[in-house]
Amino acid sequence: MLLFALRRLLLSIPLLVGITFVSFLVISLAPGGPLDFLTPEDPNASAEVKQRLIQEFGLDQPIYVQYGRWLGRVVRLDFGRTFLPDGKPVLTKIGERLPITLLMNVAEMLIILGFAVPIGVLSATRQYSLYDKVTTIFVFVGFATPDFWLGLLLMFLFGVQLGWLPISGLRSLNWEYLPLWQQQWDFVSHLILPIAVATFGGLAGFSRYMRQSMLEVIRQDYVQTARAKGLSERAVIGKHALRNALLPVMTILGLSLPGLIGGSVIIETIFAIPGMGQLMVQSVFSRDYPVVMGNLVIVASLTLVANLIADIGYGLVDPRIRLGGRRRSR
Amino acid sequence: MPDKHSRGEVRQFWQTFSGNQLAVGGSVVVGALVILAVLAPLLAPWDPSRLDTTRILAPPSNSHWLGTDQLGRDVLSRVLYGARISLAVGFVSVGIATLIGVLLGSAAGYHGGMVDTVIMRLVDLMLVFPRFFLLLAVLALLKPSIWTIMTIIGLTGWMGVARLVRAEFLTLREREFVIWSESIGAGTLRVVFRHILPNALAPVLVAMTLGIPAAILTESGLSFLGLGVQPPYATWGNILNDGKDVLEIAWWMTLYPGLAILITVLSYNLMGEGIRDALDPRLRVARVGRIIRLGR
Repeated sequence: MLLFALRRLLLSIPLLVGITFVSFLVISLAPGGPLDFLTPEDPNASAEVKQRLIQEFGLDQPIYVQYGRWLGRVVRLDFGRTFLPDGKPVLTKIGERLPITLLMNVAEMLIILGFAVPIGVLSATRQYSLYDKVTTIFVFVGFATPDFWLGLLLMFLFGVQLGWLPISGLRSLNWEYLPLWQQQWDFVSHLILPIAVATFGGLAGFSRYMRQSMLEVIRQDYVQTARAKGLSERAVIGKHALRNALLPVMTILGLSLPGLIGGSVIIETIFAIPGMGQLMVQSVFSRDYPVVMGNLVIVASLTLVANLIADIGYGLVDPRIRLGGRRRSR
Repeated sequence: MPDKHSRGEVRQFWQTFSGNQLAVGGSVVVGALVILAVLAPLLAPWDPSRLDTTRILAPPSNSHWLGTDQLGRDVLSRVLYGARISLAVGFVSVGIATLIGVLLGSAAGYHGGMVDTVIMRLVDLMLVFPRFFLLLAVLALLKPSIWTIMTIIGLTGWMGVARLVRAEFLTLREREFVIWSESIGAGTLRVVFRHILPNALAPVLVAMTLGIPAAILTESGLSFLGLGVQPPYATWGNILNDGKDVLEIAWWMTLYPGLAILITVLSYNLMGEGIRDALDPRLRVARVGRIIRLGR
């Protein structure tokens, strides 16, 4: 098992290098280089900033030298400083934003799994029932609903019309004056709408997939065997079938992570949550390249790590994967 | 495709497909949307960029069925014109993605070995980037025009197709008709394009049908952020962007463009799933592609 984990770890090193390469490539894509955008009217384009840019990216050097130098600093997690007047290191900026994005994504993942598994299992065991049909409709509509639109509608309904939930930021204005338990609730209540919106689309996908996976598993011989030896239906479905049906779903969990994290961009923008997604949008608008690049590298690396964890977890529960040594078949 | 499949297969496909009410319904709506988009200049009751300062944020009425926006422009006409942009972005970007995916996927599947390894690592690498972050990084540098948007959505969306095509090639490469044509001296290009590729098209077709709604969602998301197709073009995403600031007083600007996106994406998905089911059992692989799409 340790060997398997180690091999997966080694395999992800080239990917990590690739991430930095693609991120670097993106920034060098701009016709004329990133300096071209800093026109004289641009308030960011003081001579000092230009000088810093030239130094940071080594724009007077050949491109592979530039990449090498940049990589050398990125390895030490030095992404340079933001162009904004405060001039903070990029890593500090990202560090301020990362926890809330991580918290939300982990919460979304758990909620999706917590709901999708029972929904999918029930659909599969009652295939073609009314319940199955209703969930199928929900799945298709869920797939098709733009998250930003759903976010706006829910804001309007629960925030504006009913006034039940706060619609932006993480804390109310009077947060400081609230007693501790109310502070906790205040924070949680700010997260309810964004997390609900982010969960919606993923929930549809996962419950569909869970249903399919379950439908395939209940037709297997070992499920029949379990029934034949007189186990209760509960044990057959809940233990023998469910465990096997969960395996492919775990793979999908890993595959859909980038999508979930990418969704943070829109959710955080709508609900004014100071996370990585909002930071990305803000720095794109202000053309704050060091932050954009740092953000891209960090987000992709996080996805890689999450995929790695999913892979190793998969190897833990399914010996076929780790003994075969091959990546899951596609 | 028809000339490579026996007539019976086509008929069987049609029978299964037409028996699926949801898929047929979806296709009808897709067809209607295309017609609406093409005929938008004839159908739109107003010029979509005509300003009318006397009717700012007017609620839906007889003259403006879906109301007007902050500049007094007719929302219905803008939604109709938005359909043109959305569908165009969907078609073109999926076209680009399919082209890249087919080329790289067939190269990987046919050659195997080092070529395969390199291309598949590249696919893995591209999939590690959350798409929205990658798109935004590119948009920080390029001026967002409709062509930029189409291109970069295409350039970040080919990985599923590449995997599908590669998987098809891996099995088809070993089939008798391919080995025979190679043994009588058919060139690589001929084998790939005449013999293998036509047989791998079915899953690609499904991936394309399901890729269009995904691209539409992506485009509208970018336009909603203000980083997609720019004014004066009306797109569903940028109408929603205008609408979000006045949500409390002009719900119609948010409700209707969003519904347009939902209906479009829903119909394409229903149609795509219908095609996939009708092409089954050849299409196990397509499922993986569909799930990758799940993350948008």
